[in-house]
Amino acid sequence: MNVLTVEGLDVGTADLQLVSDVSFTLVAGERVGLIGESGSGKSLTALAMLGLLPDGVRAQGSVRLAGIDHDLVGAPERRMAALRGDAMTMVFQEPMSALNPSMRVGDQVAEVMLLHGTQADRRAARAAAVEVLDSVHLPDPERLARAYPHQLSGGQRQRVMIAIALANGPSVLLADEPTTALDVTVQAQVLDLILSGVAERDAALLFITHDLAVVATVCERVLVMYGGRIVESGPVKEVFTNPHHPYTQGLLAASDMAGTGGRLRTIPGSVPAAGRFPDGCVFRTRCPNAADDCTVAPAWTESDGGGYACHHPVAAPEVPVLQVRERAVPDLPGRRPPPSSRSGTCSAPTAAGARRCGSRGHRCTRWAACRSTSRPGSGSGWSVSPGPASRR
Amino acid sequence: MVLQLVRRTAVFAVSLVVASVVAFAFMSVLPGDPARVALGVNATEEAVAATRAAFGTDRPLVVQYLDWVGGLPVGDFGRSYVTAVDIGPQIVDRLLVTTWLVLSGMAVALVVAVPLGVLAAMRHRSAGGTVISAFSQVGVAVPSFLAGILLVTVFAVRLGWLPSGGWVPPAQDPVEFLRRLVLPALALGLVQGAVLTRYIRSAVLDVLREDYLRTARSKGLTPGRALVRHGLRNAAIPVVTVLGLQLATLLVGAVVVERVFVIPGLGSLLLDGVANRDLLLVQGVVIVIVLAVLVVNFLVDVAYTVLDPRLRRAT
Repeated sequence: MNVLTVEGLDVGTADLQLVSDVSFTLVAGERVGLIGESGSGKSLTALAMLGLLPDGVRAQGSVRLAGIDHDLVGAPERRMAALRGDAMTMVFQEPMSALNPSMRVGDQVAEVMLLHGTQADRRAARAAAVEVLDSVHLPDPERLARAYPHQLSGGQRQRVMIAIALANGPSVLLADEPTTALDVTVQAQVLDLILSGVAERDAALLFITHDLAVVATVCERVLVMYGGRIVESGPVKEVFTNPHHPYTQGLLAASDMAGTGGRLRTIPGSVPAAGRFPDGCVFRTRCPNAADDCTVAPAWTESDGGGYACHHPVAAPEVPVLQVRERAVPDLPGRRPPPSSRSGTCSAPTAAGARRCGSRGHRCTRWAACRSTSRPGSGSGWSVSPGPASRR
Repeated sequence: MVLQLVRRTAVFAVSLVVASVVAFAFMSVLPGDPARVALGVNATEEAVAATRAAFGTDRPLVVQYLDWVGGLPVGDFGRSYVTAVDIGPQIVDRLLVTTWLVLSGMAVALVVAVPLGVLAAMRHRSAGGTVISAFSQVGVAVPSFLAGILLVTVFAVRLGWLPSGGWVPPAQDPVEFLRRLVLPALALGLVQGAVLTRYIRSAVLDVLREDYLRTARSKGLTPGRALVRHGLRNAAIPVVTVLGLQLATLLVGAVVVERVFVIPGLGSLLLDGVANRDLLLVQGVVIVIVLAVLVVNFLVDVAYTVLDPRLRRAT
């Protein structure tokens, strides 16, 4: 069942169109990635869903949440406030500034439960806050609940944010680059926390990120955004191994997932300023396949489990761009030391991956493909293994 | 915390000692002998010497300084060379009057500025916010004595609702005390309130842009409640700095309003002292004002620590 249905979402100011005709659905327990360069409208889409757009920016279209009998777009502030932090919650990118510096951490967690009546009174909420802090693996939660945000590290603060976002058992969690600002050594732990949190509550996760490797590891489906539009969507495996849209192909080539071995390729040009995208196909000014007919906006073409909007889709490659495929665990024995002897980033997510192995075997292999951050030359904390030949 | 207190107290004490030395030195290097001034130009040398001995100005400066400073903690500011009246009680009387005036002015300023400043920030894109900003801009440009004269013209002369000036101690007649306090407090407070409105507006605007306010809203607070519960305390931190400065300015700045409303405050005492070349009186008033400013600064520091937990462990 769909917990969230977004249809024809437009976001814009009085004279700029920032997000156009975004439509997608989230099923309970589903993890969907939302990728695209900075300025392609990912965060605005999430903020529009929560009704948290900045002053002067308005949304149109439809956002429906299961169990809520009204459209979220254009709903009165009071109604939106009632569901924010309860049915739909959000974790932001910057943990350093997202918490109130003059309020105790425990009170900030307790507040969200008091607001929505999950806990009856202040005392119960405080006790519950300590439990929630404990559940996000914060050490000594009793003491930590009395601390102020400046006494916590960035990773700890993001855990607190996650605790706040999960406290009321939301049906949809929006995570806007929740690990980008964090030290690579804690990114994986925080990521795992989000995953186990949504898994326990069977919540849908919309994961906004620049890190395609994280999407490949974490998400089942992916939405690719450019110029305020969804240009391609589908199962991660389909989209990443067989991209149709030239932009998706460019993104994959620009990440170090494609395993070209040498220099990273870039997408020529840069993202136009907000709202200054060309008419017709938004990508045509940077697209290698652009032709005259691209001045007309391309229609949505359905393909297996998703679709794309392009007049000149990329031909299916003879060799997959990227090998995100079920590979037996023994394939990578040397890269995966036994859990007990491992330290650092990978231990937590891999352990989590292993926990999930029973039900969803393929994900286990993906987790196993995560590489240690201590590996020389690694750009980001995460990557999916490229084809064996191109491994550096 | 203890270390911080010790440090702050030390700074306080050192500032006070330095201020007393400067005030004393300044008055001592001014040309003119108090004894000769007191006796007039035709006085004999013997009479001058006798008066000097009576004043104690024939002693070395260091001794005079120590004698003066030693009396301060017990409220002994010496006896005026000009009026032969004890200075201490005069200063206490006047300080009390000025304190009433300054605090009530500040209260008026806060009552005006806090709601208006917050409203101007929350409505900064709409006409209401612009109107408040415009009014506060005008308020900043109006000197408090002009505001005082206008208030007297309207409420005392035209309407006759309130007395135009004078002072009645609260113990003597509380009602009359309040009636006479209203106009000068408004004159001081409205102008300070206009200044404060602008500072509060910009402090709240800054806070409104903070990520934690967005977090507060994402938790389910409406914009107004988010600002009240998460914003105001943080916005108060820069405002407290301005409040401290304003209080210090008001202590002396009230002098003009004291003149307009014929109020016997500390400012008018200082001006009288200067006009009469009453050096010891001026010296005393100056040191009291310095003390008051130091106390205000100390309170501002304490307020910071209360408002901002990040400062509590700072060394």
